[in-house]
This record gives sequence, structure tokens and C-alpha cells, in this order.
Amino acid sequence: MIPELGHFCLILALVLALVQSIFPLVGAQRGTESWMAMARPVAQGQGVFVTLAFVALVYSFMNQDFSVLNVAQNSHSQLPPLYRFTATWGSHEGSLLLWVFMLSGWTVAVTVFSKQLPAPLVARVLAVMGMISVGFLSFMLFTSNPFERLIPAAADGRDLNPLLQDIGMVMHPPLLYMGYVGFAVAFAFAIAALISGELDSTWARWSRPWTTVAWLFLTLGIALGSAWAYYELGWGGWWFWDPVENASFVPWLVGTALIHSLAVTEKRGAFKSWTVLLAISAFSLSLLGTFLVRSGVLTSVHSFATDPERGLYILAFLVVSIGASLALYAWRAPKIGLGGSFDLMSRETALLGNNVLLVVAAGSILLGTLYPLIIDALGLGKLSVGPPYFDAVYLPLMSPLMFLMGIGPVAKWKKATLPEMAIRLRWAFGISVVTAIVVPLAMSAQTGIGTFSPLASFGILCAMWIASTAITSLVQRLRQADGPLLSRFARPTASFYGMLLAHFGVAVFVVGVTMVRGYESEQDVRMRIGETVQSGGYTFRFDGVREVPGPNFRAMEGKITVLKDGAFVEVLAPQKRVYNASGMVMTEAAIDSGFTRDLYVSLGEPVDNGESWIVRVYHKPYIDWIWAGCFLMALGGLLAVCDRRYRVKVRERTPKSGSETNYGPGSSPGSGGRPSPVGTSPLTAKLGSDPNYRPMDGGLR
Amino acid sequence: MSRAWLPLAIFLVLATFLGIGLTLNPREVPSPLIGKPAPAFTLPTLAEPQKQFSVEDAKGKVWLLNVWASWCTPCLEEHPLIEALSKKGIPIYGLNYKDKEAAATAWLKRHGDPYRLSVVDPTGRIGIDYGVYGTPETYVIDKQGVIRFKHVGPLNPQVVERTLLPLIAKLRAS
Amino acid sequence: MLRALVLAAALAATLGTIEGDARAQATDAPAAAAPAGTAPPASTGVARPNAADPVLEKRLQAVTKELRCMVCQNESIADSHAPLAVDMRNEIRDQLKSGMSEQQVIAFMVERYGNFVRFRPPLDWTTIGLWFGPALLMILGFGALLSQMRQRRNLSTMRAVPELSAAERAALASLADGDGPRSDRTQNDKTGNR
Repeated sequence: MIPELGHFCLILALVLALVQSIFPLVGAQRGTESWMAMARPVAQGQGVFVTLAFVALVYSFMNQDFSVLNVAQNSHSQLPPLYRFTATWGSHEGSLLLWVFMLSGWTVAVTVFSKQLPAPLVARVLAVMGMISVGFLSFMLFTSNPFERLIPAAADGRDLNPLLQDIGMVMHPPLLYMGYVGFAVAFAFAIAALISGELDSTWARWSRPWTTVAWLFLTLGIALGSAWAYYELGWGGWWFWDPVENASFVPWLVGTALIHSLAVTEKRGAFKSWTVLLAISAFSLSLLGTFLVRSGVLTSVHSFATDPERGLYILAFLVVSIGASLALYAWRAPKIGLGGSFDLMSRETALLGNNVLLVVAAGSILLGTLYPLIIDALGLGKLSVGPPYFDAVYLPLMSPLMFLMGIGPVAKWKKATLPEMAIRLRWAFGISVVTAIVVPLAMSAQTGIGTFSPLASFGILCAMWIASTAITSLVQRLRQADGPLLSRFARPTASFYGMLLAHFGVAVFVVGVTMVRGYESEQDVRMRIGETVQSGGYTFRFDGVREVPGPNFRAMEGKITVLKDGAFVEVLAPQKRVYNASGMVMTEAAIDSGFTRDLYVSLGEPVDNGESWIVRVYHKPYIDWIWAGCFLMALGGLLAVCDRRYRVKVRERTPKSGSETNYGPGSSPGSGGRPSPVGTSPLTAKLGSDPNYRPMDGGLR
Repeated sequence: MSRAWLPLAIFLVLATFLGIGLTLNPREVPSPLIGKPAPAFTLPTLAEPQKQFSVEDAKGKVWLLNVWASWCTPCLEEHPLIEALSKKGIPIYGLNYKDKEAAATAWLKRHGDPYRLSVVDPTGRIGIDYGVYGTPETYVIDKQGVIRFKHVGPLNPQVVERTLLPLIAKLRAS
Repeated sequence: MLRALVLAAALAATLGTIEGDARAQATDAPAAAAPAGTAPPASTGVARPNAADPVLEKRLQAVTKELRCMVCQNESIADSHAPLAVDMRNEIRDQLKSGMSEQQVIAFMVERYGNFVRFRPPLDWTTIGLWFGPALLMILGFGALLSQMRQRRNLSTMRAVPELSAAERAALASLADGDGPRSDRTQNDKTGNR
């Protein structure tokens, strides 16, 4: 009964989504108030029904209803309750429902947080989001129904893949999808702006928080996926350039370019058509990722088992949605105009450079991922493009970007001079060079690996450059304020601190990657009880193996005592599990995490007639800085979104006076002087008198 | 003005490739050995381990080399087709891949032996020479000992009718 | 602002505990259990390396990381547990021991499995796009950037004030001296709005 209700709710949601797509859009074109006003309630109604459908599927899983095909394929009677819950999205159909659930969540959020936006804009944005919902809901209902019945019901399920029976499954897909789907909001704003022809910095201001939140969720989702692979797969790798990983990384790169481009469009009114194109591209790449994972065109450890018919449906949806958006862009973009001018040496140029590099990196990774497909389609044979290629290509692209990360925050808007910046950055440069020499020497001495690694030195140089230039820009900002020192810290905005924190996160990330790549060590040994092995200055002693039962598996658990210079550090218990339902064998590594290193132990097989066990011991310096850095980036994004100007309450709905309406925040006197076409925004009236808002000065933001 | 149409153009080209990609199988890898002489081997036979068989011995006729094992489930799927081909008079030699002799012999006894003989490759070393990566695999080798065709996975009636039999006929005629 | 900090702290705490918990493989049973089921003689020496020749193993790792496991979903034969991968590793180890170089080993595998087995595609006319693509994209990207900059500069010079004639300059001078009617000089106030 419940599954059928869930199915029915999906159908109702589809109907509402159709209404949501058509009426508000037509209403906005015609100016029909009642039709535009339909958007919010209809969107919220769709949200209710999608939520009910999602709850219905969760219910089926929690109740172990093996008469539902999806439950029978992805669950098992012995599956612990937490994984019964996550199994809801452990399959193609279930994860699609999660996708749609997230989309309806974002849609409802837009209905709630858009009170200050003009009605036609809200109507168009919700209509576009409705169209996306229509696409996915119809895809689900016609090809991938999660509520399909299995008659007669199975006696027991096939079990959730043991690799997915982990806490990572709770967090990784939802966070990732929050990011993918969140870019739909920026996309919808871009399409709405193109349709109405009103593309200015107020549009950028409205889009920005939505984009940043989506971006930060995607950052967390990717980071969690990487951390999960690290401790789950048993050999300590954390990034494999797998096609599906790349499919999530490419929209992230474009999304990062987008949040920077939006900053420029908001503050200087420049890059408008480029920002719109990026907004369309970020979501398009999310959709492309969805296609790549579910169509079977690429081989990946992540791909769902699907058939080409589903792939065709998604491809058709892609062609229609992305094709129409890009056609709309091509038609409208030339009318958008250039916005503020700026010099070759300026913050705008640094940000444009950042954009070019990020987009080129995204394009290169996409090229490498799709190249085997392209060559095969051209009939030129079969190729593999793997980590050796991506590693070779990615670093040279990222190096100039990291350099620019130091220049951007310090350069002035519109016009900066080289000597001036050189003077500002001299301390940062000095510190970076010194640490780049000292740290590799110290690490080599400590771990005994090499004497001086040029690659590690370069990594430290980049990381320290980013960190020290961030501090330089903070100092610069504090100097420009007046008053007692402590109170000056309150002057820069949350947006500025968010940027600093996010950039700092990048530096932390780079340190983690550099240290692990340069100085990790591995020992692959046969251990008898009592034997020891050394790695990274630590001693690992094998104390035996015993059998341990689990809720739905049996395991052999090893006991490894870790010592450093004779002192006890930790006991690690790696396991080798055999799952009851599937018979799959899984290695569960044991990890001792620390601020400066991880100690990673995994158990192999018994050898020499059970006398010894193969044990792999890893010392991974600073590896947790990789995910800590990503977390700081996301936190920086969160901080930026909390900036006061996004929480401005509208006091008056009518404009104050004629002159104020013509010059919105979009046109500062330096920008060619064209007034923003959206003159009657209540936001304008409020911000005109906001003392924090100063588009004129050179470098305060 | 015209530059704004570039993103759409690029996307449509990409979509075309993706569409073509849907008709392809990324796991299907063509063999680089087609058109090259079959890698030489001299291996003991399954039935009589003291007897040896080498690729040279099959020169002068068009024959099939079928890679199989007792632990391989798809091999059972294609077994009737192999038997049918053998009954048609096509010489089929088996390569028993990474298997135990007792299990292999029992398997043949239970399901029938369509092979002229089977050679034994317990370590899989000859398999590597032939680029074997999934059992079952079937090679068509011509009178001069050159590999003319390889099929990965169990044979199906379509492949047999459309590709295998015509090719064998053609090679016999030449 | 405060709300944001509290939220961030909560998120951090949650993530921290999750990562911590997920790592802790220590079970609830008492730690000092005699190893049941394994009663081999205890030893106090240093463990032997699993590989007979660790230097050879390092070379093996380097080569096998470049080769794709043919039966896996996108893994290298260095990482894979599949039987074919194990076979190939053993074969390559023997070959390296017998004196073949890394390039010869890779060529050996490519001869039998095709270019698909290489994770780093060779540079030939089909892969020019792959290897030169990123550099080409860079050049195109920065080229577009520079041409955009030039376009902007041209536009702004086009909008520049044209040269004044002598009479116009005189009129301007007299205005500036305040001889003419007072022009409505608007204040450029701090908000930048006129």
C-alpha cells in the first residue's frame, strides 16, 4: 500500500511540476499577477508530494518490505538499521529519488527566501526549476520507478554492497547531491535573467548566496567521498581520477570560477555574459555527470548498473535543457553589454585569470575523461586515460592559479600597479621562499626519505604563498580601518573573512597533498606474532589475530600495537570481513589519525600455513590536512553567505526618489554610467543608505 | 555576435559523441593479435598429460581455439553452441585456463567434450600471450596459423550465424 | 554572525566525531585477549618483507601503476586483487628480474592487450588532441582574455571626450572660473550615488 502511495505522490508531484513550469513563466511574460503568484504554492505543493514519496521509500526499506523490487535488490534481513536507511539511495532508482528530493528542497528554499525579489523573477526562477523537476520526475516514472513491485516477494534481499555499509554512505551522497542540485538555482537565476533581459549586478547579488551554498555542499561532498575511499578501500589512496570522481570535480571547478565571477559582476558590473555562461555551465556539468554515471558509456567503480535506454532518456533531457539554455544565451548574450572597465593590472584581471585557469582545468579533466569515448566513437580504437595523465596535466594548470590566489585579494579593483603590489607582497614572498627551503629539509631529515624534494618544496611554496598573502590582505584591511586594534577586526565583512578562510583552506589542502605525496612510507611485510616493523619513525608490533562476529559478517581481527621510541601510542585492530549474504570479502583498515600524521594498517592473508600474516603498514604525514582544508573551504563559504548584506530586511517597497531609482548598486560611477534597467528594486532603496556599501573605493572588498 | 553560438556548437558536438557512445560497449576491447600469427605454445593435453600439442600441429586447417574452465559459468552457456559447431565438422581445440585437471575432466564428462583435444594452462601464462582477460574466449585461426577473429564472452547464435560461419567458410575456400 | 559560528562549530564537531568513530576499529571486547585460533610460535624479531626483493617490488609498483586491470572497473594492476591482475603482476615481476626494462614490459603487454591496457596513452596521431589539448585550451583561454581586454580598452577610448575647439575651451574656462551661471554640481557622497 505504502509503495503505491509513494508512486502516486510522484505522479502528483509531476503534475504540479508541469503546472509550476508553465503558468508562472507565461504569467511573467504577460504580466499576469495571479499566474505569477501560483509559483510559490505550487512549488511548495510539489515539495510536499516528493517528500511523501521519499518517506514512502524509506519506510519500505526500514520495514524490510521485500515485495518492493528495489528493497529486495539492495537490502537484507541482517542489515543494520542505519544501513537500511541509507540503502534507500544505494541504487540508481533510489538515488534518483534522493536527487529529486533535494531539488524539491532547494525549490522550497527559493520560495521561502525570495520575499524581496520582484515577482516576475521569482516566477521565472521557479518555472525553470519546475522544468528540471519535470525532467527528473518523468525519467523516474517512465524508466526508473523505485516503487516497482516484486511478485512474489523475495524471501530475503540481495544485500547492500558491503562497500556501502558505512557511515560515509549517510553523508556523502546527500551532501554531493545538495551541491549538484544547488547549482540548479544559479542556473535558474541565469535563465530567468536571460529571458527577462534584466542582467545586472543586482541579479549577481541575488544569485551569489545560493551559488556559494551549493558550492560549499559540493566541496564537502567530494571531500567526504575522498575520505571515505581512503579508509574504506584498504590501501590508503584518496583520489583515483575515476570518471565519476572527475564528473563531480569538473562542476566543482566551474562552480569555483562562478562564485569568483559573480563577485566581480556584483561589485563592478563586469563579466556579466561570462558569469551567465558559467552559471549555465555549472549545472549543465552536474547534469552531464548524472548522465555519465547512469548511462554506462564510461567504465567506473562508481557507476550504477543501467541500460542504454535510460542513458538515451537522460541524453535527450540533456540536449533539450542544455541546448535550449545555450541557445537562449547565444541569442541574448550580445545584448548584455560589457559593464565596468578595468586595467590590465587590477583585481578584475586576476579574477578573470583565475576563471580562465579553472575553466581550462575543468575542460582538461573533462577531455581526459571523455577522450576514450571520443576515440571509440570515431572508430579509432580503445584507449585508457588514467591517473598518470591527469596527474601530469593537473599540476601545471594549478600552479599559476595558486600564484594568482596571492595577487587577487591584494590587488585593487579597476587599477593596481605592479610596483605597489610587489611592495605589499614582499613579506609574503619572503616567508614563502624560506619555508619552501626549510620544511622539505626538515621533513626529509625526520622521515628519512630523500634529502630535498623539489616537488615538495614547490608545494610548500604555493601553500605558504596563499596563506601569507591572505594574511597580508587582512593586515592591509585592518590598517585602513581606524580605532583600537581589536575593534578593527569587526570592520571587514563576513564576506571578506569567508574569502580568507576559504583561501586558507586551499593552503592547508596543498600542504596535505604535498606532504603525503612527498613523504609517505609503506611497509608490506609478513608478520609472526611478536614481530615488529618500522615505518615513519613508529614501531608496529603484531600481537595476533582472533575471530570476531559482526551483525552481518564474520571477521578476522588483527591486533597491532604501535610504539614510538618505546612508548605506547595506540592499539590498532584491522579486520578482514566476510559478509554473510554476499560472501564478499572486505578489508577494513585500522587508522590512528593525528594532526601531523595518520598511521594506517591493513590486514592481508595468512601465509606460511597460518604462521604469519601479511600486514601492510603506512605512515602518511599530514594527510588529514587534505580534508581539513576542504572543510575550511566550505566553512569559508558558509561565513561568506552569512554576510549582512544578504540578510537585509526590506523596509520600504516603493522607491524613495527618482534619482535613486535610476542608479542601483549595479552602476557605480566608474562603470560607463549606464543605469541598471531594474530600477525599482526595494533592495536599491535600502542599500543606497547602507554605510557598509562602497562600490567606489579601490580595495576594501 | 557569432562567438556566443560557440558554447552551443561545442555542446551539440559533445552530445553527438555521447549519443554514439551509448551504442558502444566500453568494456569490449578488440584484440591487437588479429592478423598476427597465433602465439606459439606447446602444452600437455588434458586427456593424456604425457602427450603435447602445439600450434604448429594445427597448421593446414581452419580451427577454433576456445578458452574454457570448469569454474566458468558462461562457458556452460555457450557449451551447446560449441558442440553444434563441432558436429558441423569444425575442429575446435580447448585451452583449459587456470583450472584443476580433475575438475576439468569431470566437467567434460558431465557436459560433453566437443573438443578435438584440450591443452592445459594452469598458470594462465599462455592466456596472457593470447591476451585472454575473460573466459570464455574464442579465436578463429586460419590455415597459416594466423588469428583472424576473436570473440570475448560466451558465443551467441547471432555471432555464430553472422560472423563465425561465414568467416570459416571464407578461410576454408582460400 | 553568531548563528553562523554556532552552526559551523556544530558541523565541525559532528564531522570530527564521525571521522573519529569511523576510524576506530577497536572493538568492545577486552584488548588483552590471547590470540585464539593462531598458536604459532611467538617471535621478537623484525618482520620479513612480504616481497623477496623490495627494490624489485618498487620497480614493479611503478610499472604496474601504469597498466590497467582488464577485468576490473578502472583499477590498475598494482591495486587490484583480481586473479588476472595477480597473474600479470607475477609475470611482470619475472620479466623485470630477467632484465627487461619498464618500457619493454609495457610494450609486451600492449602487444597482447592493445593500448587499452596503458593508463598513460602513447603519443600518436590519435592522441595529439589529448596531450596538447590542455595547453591549447590555455592558449585559447588567455587569448580570449587578452582580446576581451583590448576590446574594452578600444571601447573606452571610443567613449573618450573628443578634442575641444578653442572657442569651446574658452567657454569651459569661463564656466570654471564661476563667471557663468552656477552649474548644478552634485555632491559625490560617500555611497557613490549621485
